[in-house]
Amino acid sequence: MGAAKNAEDLSAEVEGWLGKERYVETTTFPIEMGYVYTSCASVENGNPLFWDEQVAGELTGGPIAPPSMLSAWFRPHHWVPNQTEQSLPLQVHFDLKDRLGLPEAVMTDNTIVFGVPVRPGDVLTTCQVLHSVSALKETKLGTGRFWEIEVRYTNQNGELVGTEWYTGYGYKRTAS
Amino acid sequence: MSEANLTIQDVKEGDALPELSVDVTATTIVLGALATRDWRPMHHDYDFAVNRNGTRNIFLNTPNQAAWFERYVTDWTGPKGRLGRIKFRMKDSVFPDDTMVFHGSVAGVDAEAGWVDLEMELTVGDKVVTGCTARMALPKDGDDNPWSRTGNDWKP
Repeated sequence: MGAAKNAEDLSAEVEGWLGKERYVETTTFPIEMGYVYTSCASVENGNPLFWDEQVAGELTGGPIAPPSMLSAWFRPHHWVPNQTEQSLPLQVHFDLKDRLGLPEAVMTDNTIVFGVPVRPGDVLTTCQVLHSVSALKETKLGTGRFWEIEVRYTNQNGELVGTEWYTGYGYKRTAS
Repeated sequence: MSEANLTIQDVKEGDALPELSVDVTATTIVLGALATRDWRPMHHDYDFAVNRNGTRNIFLNTPNQAAWFERYVTDWTGPKGRLGRIKFRMKDSVFPDDTMVFHGSVAGVDAEAGWVDLEMELTVGDKVVTGCTARMALPKDGDDNPWSRTGNDWKP
């Protein structure tokens, strides 16, 4: 991860983003169990670690969130008072779409490495690091570029709770 | 409900995980998007997905696929199984009316450290939609608890 060759035709602005920690953010609400139950319900996950306080107490010293929920905690509310523009998750991804003139995008690869468990009441901090942007490539979706973004997550004690790597593909659809 | 309680002694390379088959509905897709706080329209708006994204329907989002794979592996391990690393590559999408099937096998076992490497696939019909690898901590014996591993003992 992070070793892909970069395109040679990037603007100075996009080149300047490579390797830089950007969009340092803190969760807008403390971690809470309501979303844990919703997440488990969405995939019919009956793991007693998330439903049975006694099991959680014995194994993890109290309730925890499913590790796979990591990115969910940082997706912004769809609406908040006095906000004129909608916030977007993984802002570096959307910055790239905008600056590179690639209106559509999909995620192709996702790697998540987990650290200490996330617990109700935790307040997490994240940052995003762009690691690579490819030259233009043709795919069945259209013409576009691949990029790699790392997202780091820590808790209020500075402990690493996880790291995510995304490979995105921004593209223009091929005219049919 | 997950009732397994696997230890590393129960596992060997090449073991197959039990298959999990799920009939996908629009509700599956939309519930998964909402559970991961993903409000993007291609996961709930048919017209946007078809006419803007060029896909044939709304489709399952990436973070919810992670949740499905996590559920799949912990159904097999039980609650002491602790996910250390997961990687997946989306090759196609999962749509309403698809039957998605999760398959998996044990690619490697480190009995001394209490880790297994898994190779998994999410298929729809004959098509592999998502390929996935995961590294999972398992108890070394009945008394071990992977959730207590910290520092140098936690090597995902």
